[in-house]
Amino acid sequence: MGREKFFNAGMLLALLAVPLMAWQMDDPFVITLATKVAILALAGVGLNIALGLGGLVSLGHAAFFGIGGYAMGILAAHAQNYEPLFTWPFLFEGSNQMPLIWLVAVLASAAAALVIGALSLRTSGVYFIMITLAFGQMLYYFAISWSAYGGEDGLSIWVRNEMPGLNTLDPIQFFGVTFVILCLALWFAARLAQSAFGLALSAARQSQERVETVGLTPFKLRLMAFVISGAITGLAGALFADLNRFVSPTMLSWHTSGEIMIFVILGGVGRLYGPLVGAAVYILLEHLLGGISEYWQIFLGLLLLGMVLFARGGLIGALLGREVAHD
Amino acid sequence: MTDLVLKVEHLSKSFGALKASNDVSLDLRPGEIHALIGPNGAGKSTLIKQISGGLTPDAGRIEVLGRDVTALDTVARARMGLGRTFQISSLAMEFSVLQNAVLGALGARRARGGGLGLFRNVMKDKALLDTAHESLARVGLEAAAQARTADLSHGQRRQLEVAVALTLKPRLFLMDEPMAGLGASGSKELTGFLDGLRQEAPILLVEHDMDAVFALADRISVLVYGTVIATGTADEIRTNPEVRRAYLGEEELT
Repeated sequence: MGREKFFNAGMLLALLAVPLMAWQMDDPFVITLATKVAILALAGVGLNIALGLGGLVSLGHAAFFGIGGYAMGILAAHAQNYEPLFTWPFLFEGSNQMPLIWLVAVLASAAAALVIGALSLRTSGVYFIMITLAFGQMLYYFAISWSAYGGEDGLSIWVRNEMPGLNTLDPIQFFGVTFVILCLALWFAARLAQSAFGLALSAARQSQERVETVGLTPFKLRLMAFVISGAITGLAGALFADLNRFVSPTMLSWHTSGEIMIFVILGGVGRLYGPLVGAAVYILLEHLLGGISEYWQIFLGLLLLGMVLFARGGLIGALLGREVAHD
Repeated sequence: MTDLVLKVEHLSKSFGALKASNDVSLDLRPGEIHALIGPNGAGKSTLIKQISGGLTPDAGRIEVLGRDVTALDTVARARMGLGRTFQISSLAMEFSVLQNAVLGALGARRARGGGLGLFRNVMKDKALLDTAHESLARVGLEAAAQARTADLSHGQRRQLEVAVALTLKPRLFLMDEPMAGLGASGSKELTGFLDGLRQEAPILLVEHDMDAVFALADRISVLVYGTVIATGTADEIRTNPEVRRAYLGEEELT
């Protein structure tokens, strides 16, 4: 366990050190890459609670990522157009304040996860994968046809949203925001995994019968996990939209769900820092190999294949060995 | 007879043409061990599943502590105080032995209306740990508390099944072959333990180990092809001609 903690701290330090060095060398592009890693890792941390801890293979997490993104897009679009979002029961003109946007993104994606989860969790296995996929695609096509907010073309936001006390247009400051949120999410996920809830959820993944026999309801545990998971991925969506100053239905497509799942699987399902490792490797590959060939995902595919065939614990599992049951 | 802990009345369950339970009635009195025996495929496990809530009967009713539970699910029955051990181990294999026991203690806390924490480290919760350690010690598994459950022998897994059931402080036990895989000395130890346990809560015991059954059971029911062909004391069962013919065959009972 000591070795893994050491490794985890090293990963966080690296994620912090690279953009700081880039900042010193005045290379904003690298800072943006690091910011992207932090945000995508956050999305993966969300999925990992459902997938790793709960064993819920959701192929619909793009729904929450996209809802978070659209929460940002819609609030900011109204703020920049001066067209109120609604006038009753009170006047609400949208917002360009990050904390409020995050709150809306988290609540909206949690609510969506509650509905989708309540319906999907009545199934299991491959049916669960398919039904979460179907919900994600439903929202994707809805967004495409929603012309009020850009439809297929998406929504552009001219200026990055504001964070009190910071200049978010400065890449290193925006990176700092995402880094702190990622650290908080990792801390939360770690606490959750060793809590009573985490123990019961993990037990439900291993043996549904066992959990029922001690008088706990697997459905409720999984629904709770799904909501928490969706909320964190939704927050990542809002940050991702802010990074790009752009939201489009692509955020909701099943490719996005697949990518988030790849981060988790590449890094190691159920490993706390798996999503960070996975997202970092993904972005590195995209950046390094994407320059050589536009078909760089062939290499990603090979890597993923190798992981699944030879290292079921992902990169962290391959480096550090099997996980010790939490103490 | 009003204070029966468990009353099963006219229970029937078919799988296609197979009648796994055919008009089964049996009960469990306070302080007793009621053994359920029968050849393989007689429908013992199907019956246990219906009593614990994992399987819905086609007809009949089940009462636990005077309350009709036929329509309740496994979780509700567990919370009412029905503690069950499995024939095929249902333990969380990735967990340590202690974690499995803590899970049981957690279920007991939930049944009393307590919540599940989202932040506190459950493995540092003194009340839960005390319950878990106490139960492990009672079945003689304390020394293996930190072992990974997947690394336990089959016998130890049965002991852990019993320990987890104990953490729930149930009002009655359903035990599906707790002796299997224990070996002679282990089985003797568990027999002694169950002997004392009946004062805490009565036990409906499915068991193949006839020595244990005849040593422990206040009453024995014999299930053959889904039908209870006899219920009685050990002596009555031993001398029942129908039982000898249907189940015990030529084998001499001593």
